[in-house]
This record gives sequence, structure tokens and C-alpha cells, in this order.
Amino acid sequence: METLTLDTFVTKSKSDSPSGPYIKVGMDTGGIAAGAARVLEVLQEEVKLAGLDLPVLPTGSLGYSFVDPLVEVKTESGLRTVYGKIDEESAKQIISDHLKEGKLLDDHVVASRKRTNDLGDTQTFAILVKDTSCDGGDKTQFFQASFEEDFRHEGLTGKVQVVRALDMGIYGEGLVVKLLPSGVTYANILTRDIAQIVDQSLKGDKVVDHRVYAKNDPQNRVVLRNCGRVNPESLEDYVAAGGYQGLAKALKASPEETISTMKDSGLRGRGGAGFPTWLKWKLTSDVEADQKYVICNGDEGDPGAFMDRSVLEGDPHSVLEGLMLAGYAVGATKGWFYIRAEYPLAVERIRIAIEQAQEAGILGEKVLGTDFSFDAEIRLGAGAFVCGEETALIASIEGMRGSPEPRPPYPSVKGLWDKPTSINNVETLAAVPAIMAKGARWYSSIGTEKSKGTKVFAVTGKVKYPQLVEVPMGTSLQQIVFDVCGGVLDDIPIKGVQTGGPSGGVIPEQHLNTPVTYETLQELGSIMGSGGMLIMDEHDCMVDVAKFYLKFCVDESCGKCAPCRIGGYQMLQLLELISSGKASLEDLSHIERICNAMKKASLCGLGQTAPNPVLSTLRYFKNEYIAYIEGGPRYARQRKRELAGKPERKAS
Amino acid sequence: MIQEIINATINGIPIKVPAGTSILQAAQGVQVKIPTLCKHKDLLPTAACGLCIVNIAGSPKKPRACCTPIEEGMEITTHDSDLTDIRRSTLELILSNHPNECLTCGRNGNCELQSLAGDFGLRQDLIPRYVRELPCDDSTGSIILDFRKCIKCGRCVQVCQDVQNVWALSFLERGINNRMAPAGDILLNESPCIRCGQCSAHCPTGAIVESDEVTTVWDALHDENKYCTVQVAPSVRVALGEAFGLPPGTNLTKKIYAALRRLGFKAVFDTNFSADLTIMEEASEFIERFVHGKGEIPLITSCCPAWVDYMEKRFSDFIPNFSTAKSPQQMMGVMTKTYYAEKVNMDPAKIYQVSIMPCTAKKYELERTDEMYASGYKDVDVALTTREFARLIKQSGIDFLNLPDEEADSILGEYSGAGTIFGYTGGVMEAALRTAYFKVTGKNLQQEAIDIQPVRGLEGVKEAEIDVEGTKVRVAVAHAIGNVEKVLNKVRAARDSGEETPYHFIEVMACPGGCIGGGGQPYGIDNEVRMARIRGLEADDRDCKLRFSHENPEIQAAYKDFLGEPLSEKAEALLHTKYVARPSYSK
Amino acid sequence: MNMSAAPPVALQEPEPDVLEEIQHLLDKWKDKEGNLIMILHEIQNKYGFVPRDVALAVAKRLEIRLAQIYEVLTFYHYFKLVAPGKHNITVCNGTACYLKGCAQLIQKLETILGIPEGQTTKDQMFHLETVRCIGCCGMSPAMVVDGRTLGKVKPDDMKALVDDIKTIEKASGEERDN
Repeated sequence: METLTLDTFVTKSKSDSPSGPYIKVGMDTGGIAAGAARVLEVLQEEVKLAGLDLPVLPTGSLGYSFVDPLVEVKTESGLRTVYGKIDEESAKQIISDHLKEGKLLDDHVVASRKRTNDLGDTQTFAILVKDTSCDGGDKTQFFQASFEEDFRHEGLTGKVQVVRALDMGIYGEGLVVKLLPSGVTYANILTRDIAQIVDQSLKGDKVVDHRVYAKNDPQNRVVLRNCGRVNPESLEDYVAAGGYQGLAKALKASPEETISTMKDSGLRGRGGAGFPTWLKWKLTSDVEADQKYVICNGDEGDPGAFMDRSVLEGDPHSVLEGLMLAGYAVGATKGWFYIRAEYPLAVERIRIAIEQAQEAGILGEKVLGTDFSFDAEIRLGAGAFVCGEETALIASIEGMRGSPEPRPPYPSVKGLWDKPTSINNVETLAAVPAIMAKGARWYSSIGTEKSKGTKVFAVTGKVKYPQLVEVPMGTSLQQIVFDVCGGVLDDIPIKGVQTGGPSGGVIPEQHLNTPVTYETLQELGSIMGSGGMLIMDEHDCMVDVAKFYLKFCVDESCGKCAPCRIGGYQMLQLLELISSGKASLEDLSHIERICNAMKKASLCGLGQTAPNPVLSTLRYFKNEYIAYIEGGPRYARQRKRELAGKPERKAS
Repeated sequence: MIQEIINATINGIPIKVPAGTSILQAAQGVQVKIPTLCKHKDLLPTAACGLCIVNIAGSPKKPRACCTPIEEGMEITTHDSDLTDIRRSTLELILSNHPNECLTCGRNGNCELQSLAGDFGLRQDLIPRYVRELPCDDSTGSIILDFRKCIKCGRCVQVCQDVQNVWALSFLERGINNRMAPAGDILLNESPCIRCGQCSAHCPTGAIVESDEVTTVWDALHDENKYCTVQVAPSVRVALGEAFGLPPGTNLTKKIYAALRRLGFKAVFDTNFSADLTIMEEASEFIERFVHGKGEIPLITSCCPAWVDYMEKRFSDFIPNFSTAKSPQQMMGVMTKTYYAEKVNMDPAKIYQVSIMPCTAKKYELERTDEMYASGYKDVDVALTTREFARLIKQSGIDFLNLPDEEADSILGEYSGAGTIFGYTGGVMEAALRTAYFKVTGKNLQQEAIDIQPVRGLEGVKEAEIDVEGTKVRVAVAHAIGNVEKVLNKVRAARDSGEETPYHFIEVMACPGGCIGGGGQPYGIDNEVRMARIRGLEADDRDCKLRFSHENPEIQAAYKDFLGEPLSEKAEALLHTKYVARPSYSK
Repeated sequence: MNMSAAPPVALQEPEPDVLEEIQHLLDKWKDKEGNLIMILHEIQNKYGFVPRDVALAVAKRLEIRLAQIYEVLTFYHYFKLVAPGKHNITVCNGTACYLKGCAQLIQKLETILGIPEGQTTKDQMFHLETVRCIGCCGMSPAMVVDGRTLGKVKPDDMKALVDDIKTIEKASGEERDN
């Protein structure tokens, strides 16, 4: 990429966007684990063999972890098709069937979640069908056959394809059909509706009103806007997608204006505590110093959370741009990425992004020809969850044990090497360029009064379709779990949702309708946290879950302060006693006492919040604790057998 | 700079404090004691124990008093039922992770954890005890580490790393396994440890204690074949009283003599005498090098065995600069087993010498090199710290405070004021300069110039230029051994660039404040205590008839009757030693 | 009275070739801020763990104390102080995997290999450990065997998995012997 100046840069437009056909493969850690690297190879070989002229490129994750590895195909016509669960065999089919013959593959299409009730003027060339009912037997094949038969009668065979979809993004709505390319979707279709649909919507141009499914997917991709779309190793791709426009805009105005835009946007820290981002920047900006720093906290450590990893792997330039904006706002000339060593791909992608930005004059002396200079470096974590704590993170970069230090002084005043430092998490930083480019008003129109914008969640556990979800603040858990992620595995009744990871708590079934905001989750005894969301079905044992999270905190405690170091360990021992049926009711009161001491006398957030999983399960599921205590060892053994037996029965 | 004054209230009491004052400090000012097990006056807060939490009106958090600076208008509550309850729970947790061995512990009766447990009335173990079984480390023979008793307050690590810059102790692992240990899990004597004992002086529990040799001394005293002699170090006399409830700085020299005699020592000597002897040798050595150009300048003092060890491990390029004069402890030992033995016509093999020292490293010095056997026998047989000595007295049934005053025994008992000030930082320098001045000029310093003020006080590095009849002697004094590096680096820089050395004479003592702040002194050290002990020795110096080592008649007799003159062949053989470079890690 | 300085005592230095590598590493990092953990990462990437003599050599050359290096090495679980086994089996213990039964996987592997989690078999062949989350929650329970991620694994698969590695080892061993 040629060296850019602020003026040439802002005139660059989307017209530069690489147009034309391509194949993109979701090369994030999850995708690679599912075989994406091999798929990429095969696709490249096959494209060559077939003598086709189109690039096969890597991209990040679209978030649909349950159908990894993902492949996106864009053809000459401009139509984009996403395929999931692609292996070598199906990769070859993409070339032979889709690209050569224009035939979509059965059982691999992941339907776009955009839905409409407008047929538009383009002729339908294919329909996607899928049985989304939860009654066990999958009738998709039968459904496809019914359409095909009808097509034969109506002379549509060969003109419109009937394709079995892998995923429609619609769950529990019976038979669903989606028309391509319009996106008109019908749900809960009965056999008798087929003829009507064919007649009206395929042969004619009318929508069958009573079956239209126009309910929109609640998702709104701000942070994940480029994930799975741009090539994370291409600066051109990012710029073509509107990248670095926010920075260019900010550089034309004062740092104060950047801060005020952030204030108007209402963005709050996505790392967990929800501290207003603008205020953090302002506090750092207000301190006079010869050197200031900004740090991107990429030490995502909640077990079961992979939002930050996906963004770092899928859209590294957006995080870099966010960090630069933070640097510009606070007056820092140096930024640090602190990333888990367990995320080698994320580290590599950020490294490439930094290099590319340096080469293009976006990073370094006189950014885009302005007076703002900024550079960035990467430092690795080394397996310590507590380093998510700001002061511990700083200690770690400085080459010391990651033990938190008392605050004040806050890092905004005395941070890295005693210089004023602003630390923001990956998700926060990735949102910043979008806000700068599109404006505070746009962002603040999303979400609720006090919690603005969107939040990314990693929904896992006993959920049918584990994935990354980005929804506006205020979306209910119910919507996230059932509408977006298809509900509970095997349709077992849900027991609750754990949010906030080891610092959070369990929200029981009766509160699933609560809109998700910082405040509501706290009222329910949990926290937003970084965005892990664990779904539990009614068989899951809450004492076990509490133990799991507490054990995590005990393993990850830095061990510096007594309440956390000993309190966590001793509480875990007491929980072990309970789950082996050897505890008494008195032990429960000891647990509560220890929780209280840990919450109030621990030095840092890890210790202060470590009791939350225990406290919240005690609040909503005390009966399960009592059952162990009253049931004794015999009950405990029986329960253990039940719990151990379950994974064997499951298959997803 | 005008310091900003902050107004706030503590438990409703209005306070005015300078900006930056912690809640803990401010509370002490209004007679409020907030419990803590980790904060030590000498050290920065580690915020580890969690006991000093307080409430601040309007804040949901409970910040730690030790590390929270007071802000304008703060309304602080330090004690209420909720805070007390949390403190009790935290204490219970700490106890649940601590062996229940108070009765057999080295800190029984003066343990900070034990006192707090007592204050909070903990009557039963509510939480099952978990203590990781780790063997004690007694490898140094000076200090014993009992890792099980460690409450991870971080004081020892901070003292060892940040104050002393020794880095023998560290934290290893994390979480419940977080533990204080020598770096890399080796034994303490394989580490850079210099046995200064500052860790033990700052430890709130029995996790680090001196190696107790009281019974060895009892055995010797009861051994009819042994002729037990004893020496008592300068700084012991102004600190021992604290173990008997007296204020720091109380001079108990004559009661100590009496107690030692009642314990059964046949001859009671004073290390102050051999301090005078050290000055005779060292001042002569200084003149040899400074005036006659024989040997390296600056001359660096060597009476602190922890410093000697540190130098051999980290600054061995300064070996030629070291005074070869032995420490007063070792001079006393060899003089007892040669000169005194001759005088009283006693087989030195039968003489047993005990030293009472403020120091844990003195135990190590006894066998440091072959020269410590210059008499043909082990010159000093056993060294007790002040703390052990207090226990010895208590075990003996002596009503110590009511003892009549007694005198030391000649011919190794008389001392000058110059000998007694060996006990604090700057004292060795001052004593040496007093004698060097005389040796160069042939006359003593004027009465008003005897106290060499610039080398006194608790500043970490003190520099001065002393006028010796027109010749400027540049001196530096460093204490708390972490401070020595700055001084030596200056010397190195000059040496490497071929410039004139910045100093001619350097005194180093490993412990903050010098020996009065030694690692073997009674517990409860801080700068206030250090100053009080220093004042005690300064008074002792002032009250002495003799203020100059060279005027001590027993010293004069020793040279006349036995040694000849300073740096004579005999003096060299008996009173001087050698140094070798050693690795910091022997493993 | 003349005391000549004894030659400075040499620390236990690593082999010259190792020393050269360390020097190379330090040349790259020495003047950068926040270099210690990065250097330790590179050492571990090279040797699979951080040997004591290498740590000592690094301390000496960075002019920091060995204590600081060990404080760091033992604090961060990523670093190893002893050589790991030849084959690394890492079971993900993230939340999703936990809920889907990774405990049974670990138990099974512990039985098959005869070592508790976190240890290496006596023959140095296998190292078994858990990791807090590898971020493949969509494929839980997941594990990583010698860098290869396996998803949706079952306890009953474990025997074959270990046997496969053993068979390959045996074959290559025989090849060597021939």
C-alpha cells in the first residue's frame, strides 16, 4: 500500500474495494481447529486445477462456531454464499458444483440472517429449505423432495434449485424456506403451503403473507463488523471496508473532540466493569507527563470466552485503529498490545497489522502526515488470568509477577513505568473506530439509556448452536439463547445462564426475560463481565458449576492478599465437602462468612468477585446445596454418577 | 515547596495532615490503631493482609488504610462491627493456613499474629486447617526459615530485595501455593543471602527466626573443662533493655556485665575494647594507604560480616580496597585465646569464648575463613544474638533489671567512646578518623570537633570532607546495604576513567542504622527505635572519660606487652584476614 | 598485607552454542522496554522449558537478579522449569468443555498414562496438562495433541489416541535401531 496522507486518505472510497469473485475461508483458531487450513489448501489447489481466476483468501470468524469451518463464496453475479462444516470433500464440491455449475451445495449453506418481505425484481434462482422444529425427526429431506416434486409439476426443475440449508438462523419455527437472492423467508410451512409458495412467489411475484417470517435477527454487528468479511492480513481490505476513516476524521479535529465524541456515544468499557471509556481517556489526558501510554488488554481469560480472540484474529486493524484513537485522545505516542500467549494467531495477525500500518505511514512518525506520532508493540501474557487486572497487567509488561497493586494511584496517573496509562479492552477498542466514523449519535441510538451500543457474547455450554453473538444492549437473554442460538441442546429445559465468567453469577430461568445491561445483571447478582455466556440445562449441578468457577479463581489468584489466597482455597474445600455429602448446615454459614471477607477485604477485582458464582447459586439454587447436605454421601455418589453419565448420552 | 494540608475526619475526629499521608499514618496521629500484619514502618505497604480495611463515607468499597492516601473531606470510619467481623474472618483464614505451634515457636510471646488473634478473641478453629508441608531451611546456621509459618506479608522479600538489594528471598508460585523462598528453590546458603537477618527482624511471625544456640552456651557454662569467657558488642547495651520492657536506647552496660558474671562467665570482656583495637589497626592501615601510598584507596571498612559476604559475592573487584583488619568480634576472640591466655597462664584449648552480638551474620563470621582460627583454636566459639541473650538471661532466673552495676574484666574490658560508637552507622568512620587525625597530626581533635556530625544520622549515604590540617579526606558512609552500590559505582566510574577517586575512606554497615538496627536485635525496629538506640550510644561516648581508641590504656598495654605496634608482624598474623571472590549462587 | 584480588568466580554457564543463542536473543531484546517475559517466551519456545543455567546467564547479562526471573517463571503457568514430555496432551478446561465433560477426559487420560494432570510420564514420552480455554468452545470438549486441536472428543477415544502415538513411536524407534 502506498504511503498515505490525511488528504489522500479520506478521499479513498469504497470504490477501491476489491470487487469480483472470491472464496474466503474462516481462518480463525476455531476454524483452523475444525480443519480450515486444509480446506484453504484444497480450495486453492482445486481453483488452480480448474483453471479458475479467483482468489482464495483467509478471513476471520463470522462467529458461527457451531458450523466451523466456514467458507464464503462470492460469484461473478455478486451473490455471496456462506458454507459451513466444509471438509476436503465438500471443498472440492464448492469448485465443481457451485463455481462450475452454479449449483449450491446441500447441507452446508449457512443462510444470511437478513430477512425481508420484498421479493424485489431479481428472479429467484434457489430456495433454501430447513426443518427447524424441535420434535426430533428432521424432515428437511422430505421437505426438499416435496418442493422438487412441485417444481416438476410446475416446470421449474432446472430453473430454481432446492437446497437443504445447514442453518437458517431461525429455530423452532417448523419448516423454513428462504428465497434467494431476495431473502424472503417463510416459516412454519405446512405441506399444503408449498404449492401456494411456488405458485405465488416463484412463478408469480407475490409474497405469501401469512407465512412470511420477517422477524429480524436481533444481532447488530458493530464490533464484529468486519470479522469474517475482510482478510485480516490485508490493510487494503480493511481500508476498503471503511477502515482508518475514523482515525482520519479524528486527526482533523482536536483530541478533546475525540473524547467528547466518545462521551456522547456512551461507550463503556467492555472488559467487565463498564467504566465510561471517555472518562478513562479524559483522566489520562488531564495528567501532564513527558510520556504516556495506551494499552490494549488482550489477555482475555474467562474460560469460555473468545470474543476478543475473534476480533484480534478477524479484524486486527480495527483494534489497532482503536488503540491509535485512544493514544491520540490521551496524548500517548506509544501503544502496547498485551495478548495471551495462548492466542498465537491473534498475536501474528496483530503483528502483521502493525507492520502494514507502519509501512503505509499510518503508524509511526507523523501519522498520515499529521503532527501525531504513534507506534505500537506487542507484549505477551504468560498464563495468568489476574493480569486482566490493570495494575497486574502493567506489572506483567514490566517483567514482574502479575500481582495487583493498590489503587490509587490509578494507572491514568501512574501506570506503565509510572507514566499515565490508559488501558482498554479489545472489544472496546474495536468499537471506537466505528463510532468515530459513523458518529456518536448513531452509536448511542443503539442500546438502552445507561448501556449504549452493542455487546458481543460467546454463547456456549448446553446450547444448540454455540457461537459469537453481537446484540444491542438491552436484548434479553431469552432472545440470545433461543432466537439466535437455537435454545438448549436436546431441548432439555433450561436452568439458567451464567454470565460474567468467574466473576459473574447464574441468572435463573425465571429472569431470562430481563434485558441485558450492566445494571440489570448486577441487580440479579451477576455481572456483564467480558461476555462469556454459559447455558445450563436442568440436569446441570449448580454446586458443581460454583465449584468450577471458584476453582478457576483459586488457580488464578496471585496469592498476594490473604482474603483471596486463603479464602478461595478454604471455600473450595468446603464446597468439596458439600458435594461429597459430608458437610453440615454450619458449613454453609462459614462459606457465607468467607464470601463476605473475600468480597470486602480482597485487594483486587479477582478476589472481590470470586465469591459471586457461589453467592449467586446460593441465592437461586440453595436447595441444591441443601440436597447434598441432607442427602449425605449416598446422595452425593448418586449425583456424581448422574453427572458423569451425561456427556456420553449427548451428541450435537 | 509548600506542602498541601488535607482536612478529613477519622471516626469523627477532625485531622489535618500533609497530602500523601496514608489513613494508617493519620490514624496513629489521633490515637487510633488499625490492625495490620503486613505494613511495617520501614517499608512500603504491600497491601497483603487485608486487615486494615476501613470505611469511607459515600464509597461502597473498603480501601486499605495502609496504602490509601487521605483526600480532602474524607470521612473515615476505622472500626465498626462490620469491619471487625471482616477482620475476624480474615484472621481466621490466616490462622487456618498457619501451623498451630505457638508454644514451640521462636516468636511465642512476641508474635504479631499471635497478639492479634488474642485481641480478636479467636477461640476455636472454624475452618479446617490447611498448611502445606515444607521443610525448614536451616542451611545458613544463622537464620531459620520455617515456610509453613509464613503469612506472605511480603516484608522479608521487600527488605531483602528493595532495602538490602540482596535478592536472596523471593516469592515463588502463586495462589495458595504462593510462598516466600530463596530464588529458584535452593537452600538459603546456596543463594546470595548475606545472613544480615533483616528478614527476621521484620517478620511478623515465626517464619524467619535466628538460629537459637542458647542451649549450646548453657552446655559450655556447665562444662567444668571449659573456661568460659564472653564479649558483648557495642549496640547490644542500648537495645537489650527492650526485651525487658525498657525504652530503646537505655544503656545497660554494667547490668550486662553483672548478668554475664552471674551466668558463670569467668571473664567478662567488652567488644568495645576490641573495637578500639580494630581502630588502631584500621587507622594505621588507612594512613599507610592514604599517606604513604601503600595499597588501594579508598579504604573500605570490613567489620560487618554481612557486608564482607556481599562484597565477596557482588563486588569482588573491591577486594584490594578492603581493610584487612578483622572485626572486633574476631579480634576479641583471638586476643582472648592468645594474649589473655598468656597473661593468666591458661591453656587456650580450655578457653571458650561466647560473643553477644546484635547480628545473625556474626554466627557465620566465626568460621568464615581459616584466619578465624588464628589463635590455633576457633577464636570465638559461639555467637548469640541480643534476642537469644535476653532468653538466656530469662532462663537463668536473673532479675536482670534489679542487678547491681558491675565492671568488665581487665585486660580486655576497658573501652573508649570511639569503641562504643562502632554500634551505629558512621561510628566506625568517626572513631577511625579520630585516631587517624592523631596519627597524622600528632594531636587530638579539638573537643568541639570530636563529634564528626556529617557522618552521623540515618541518611542512606552520607558524604563528608574532613580537614586534616589542610589535607582533605573525602569519606562516604553507607548503611542498609542496598545503598552501597551507588557509592561503589562512583568509585568504579572514577577508576575506569582514570579520574581521582571520589572517596578516600568508605564505611559500610549492612543493616539500616548500623549494628543498633542489626538483624539479631529485639523486635519492633523502626527509625524511631534506631534513633533512640543511637542516642544511647552517643551518650555513652560522651560520658566516656576517653574518647580516642589510642588513649585506651588497656589497648596501649596490649601493644606494649604483646602485639608490638599496629600492623606489626604479630598484629598482621592475629588481627588481619583475607577475602576471596565467591559466586552468588552456589547451585 | 598485600591482597591480590582472586579471579572473579564464574557462574555455571551454559554450553557455548547455547550461550551464543542467548546472546543473539539478548541483542534483539536488550534495549527494549518490557523485555523479560518476551525473552523467557523465546527461550521456552526454543527449549520447551527454561533451563536454570540459561536463566542464570540471562540474569547476568540483563543485569537483573535470578530471583526476579524465578519469581516470574513460577508465577506464570505458561512457563515450565523442567523439560516437558515428547508428546503434549492438553485438555481444554474452559467452561464449555467442563460442562460437556472434560473432567472425564482428564480422568481417563490420567488412568491411561498413569500420571496426574500437570506431569510427565517417567519415560518422558507424554506430558498431560489442562489449559483454561483454547477458545474452541463450539467444538467442546476439545483438546490439543501435539499442536493438533481435536474437538468433540469422548473418554472412550482416549485409549486409541495414546496407543496411536505409542505405535508411531515404536515404529520410528525400530527404524532407528535398524
